Amino acid sequence: MHTMLTKERERLPVRVDVATPAGSARRARRRIRPSTLFALAPMAVVVGVVYLGAMAWTVRLSTTSSKLLPTYDFVGLDQYERLFANARFLVSLQNMVVFGVLFIAACLVLGFLLAVLIDQRVKAEGLLRTIYLYPHALSFIVTGLAWQWFLNPELGLQRAVREAGFESFAFAWLADGETALYALVLAGVWQSSGLVMVILLAGLRGVDPDLWKAARVDGIPAWRYYLSIVLPLIGPMIVTATVLLAIAVVKLYDLVVAMTKGGPGIATEVPAKFVMDHLFERANVGLGTAAATVMLVTVLAVLTPWLYARYGSTSGRPA
Amino acid sequence: MTSAVVTSTDRARGGITARGRRPRRLTAGRIGLYAFLASAALFFLLPAWIMLLTSLKPMEEIRQGTIFALPLAPTLEAWAAAWGSACTGLTCEGISVGFWNSVRILVPSVILSVLLGALNGYALSFWPVRGANVLFAILLAGAFVPYQVFLYPLVRMFSSVGIYNSLAGIVLVHVIFGMPIMTLLFRNFYASLPRELFNAARVDGGGFFTIFLRVMLPMSTPILVVAVILQVTGVWNDFILGLTFAGRENLPMTVQLNNIVNSTHGVRLYNVDMAATVLTGVVPLAIYFVTGRWFVRGIAAGAVKG
Repeated sequence: MHTMLTKERERLPVRVDVATPAGSARRARRRIRPSTLFALAPMAVVVGVVYLGAMAWTVRLSTTSSKLLPTYDFVGLDQYERLFANARFLVSLQNMVVFGVLFIAACLVLGFLLAVLIDQRVKAEGLLRTIYLYPHALSFIVTGLAWQWFLNPELGLQRAVREAGFESFAFAWLADGETALYALVLAGVWQSSGLVMVILLAGLRGVDPDLWKAARVDGIPAWRYYLSIVLPLIGPMIVTATVLLAIAVVKLYDLVVAMTKGGPGIATEVPAKFVMDHLFERANVGLGTAAATVMLVTVLAVLTPWLYARYGSTSGRPA
Repeated sequence: MTSAVVTSTDRARGGITARGRRPRRLTAGRIGLYAFLASAALFFLLPAWIMLLTSLKPMEEIRQGTIFALPLAPTLEAWAAAWGSACTGLTCEGISVGFWNSVRILVPSVILSVLLGALNGYALSFWPVRGANVLFAILLAGAFVPYQVFLYPLVRMFSSVGIYNSLAGIVLVHVIFGMPIMTLLFRNFYASLPRELFNAARVDGGGFFTIFLRVMLPMSTPILVVAVILQVTGVWNDFILGLTFAGRENLPMTVQLNNIVNSTHGVRLYNVDMAATVLTGVVPLAIYFVTGRWFVRGIAAGAVKG
């Protein structure tokens, strides 16, 4: 593993290496036109240099004692030991898990409910769908700032409800380190549950309508029909939505920056922000890249089983 | 409401494409259903509504703490300030600077990444090269990996060739990270076209680029629309790449917005903050409302990109 990474590093200094894919292509039995290779060269460079090269470089840096500038010594897993003894990183990880569980559960439940209910031949279906999905068009920055203002303890929702006569009303999640993370969950759910609705609605529309008639004939109640018959049928859609949400959880950065800046204190720090701060502000490249590697491993742990289940058996094109 | 429900019930009875449950009459459940859908709509609309109201109020009204109240003296002053004179850290030239930066980043990024995606998808679909699908698989998997894993080495590479903190740098980064989803879109689209079409063009002596430019690209309008929508909203909404690669001169609108709101010292002008936020959100929202169904197709396909 290490020798491979070292080689990768030596090859990296920017000179673009197209020789590998072109060479293997030339060995192919059919004659390959130069124009094809020319067309695919950018992709080969991006995969080789950016996706594989930069990834390997980051992993390599995480085994060095790099501070402001990279050095290429080898300190083994020292940075990881430091990382997992770092209070801020541990809080970040914990926040990612808590946020992730709440966010994914809430998005799935709300998205499923909206999809099922909107599928009941309701009036103004198009309008409702538009309303449920529009937050997804907004960036996490805009989302975070909108919610930061809405939940502003002094002038936002809490104050407005109190002014309306409910003196004891308390809703100041952002001001309290114990609850600020839940405010992030709320804003995240607002932005993302429409997407879940769209995905699951596509699944629902694919369910054979005769199943409903059969269930009716057998006198099965509606809730039972959805829970025991529909839910398993749209299982793959739910898995897809869950994976997408889980990836978004690991990537969570913009929303935190816009809404809480990681605060109060370090109450809403997340790993992605830990990496950014250590790479670009705290001049601790070794620790930052170690944290980035932990993020990479987390994503792979989510992704590999799913990709395997979805694309592994049929090497055909993805749906 | 009652008559509305009755009409939809009637239509349901005669409808052919039955989906979901058939409502037979206005029941308590039916009322509950509408109540739930309406409160969900309220939940989704409220923050944006508050944001809009706040941007139209003078500060005195905001200090009274009545965010739900309609503005007593609506004014566009906050909008003018947000656009032209709000302070982003050091300078006070408003969010318009970020707007034009975003436009300058957007145009080349979208054109390049869509064309490259189309070319990749076309090559992958019609000109099999050994190893190309492996490359594509790695590219796709890469789309799931957080940017943090790539950023530092990319910064080093870019600065060694002198495009770090430049317009060229940020455009290149958008092209790189847009490539997986763009390639996927076009590959799936071209794979769904009849193979005979390509074979006929080959028999007529068309070469790689001739067929691409004169046969495939003119047929690609639907997927081009989806790709452009996806890329425009993606690039416009990006924060982390602009923050890292664009440099002080080219900071996109999202970064400027965050600076205006989150790094002001002294008294915060919430109406200006909210006007700037609305201005930043208006571009993707306009695309969403205008393109509707196309947008939904785009995000369904582009959800991968996150």
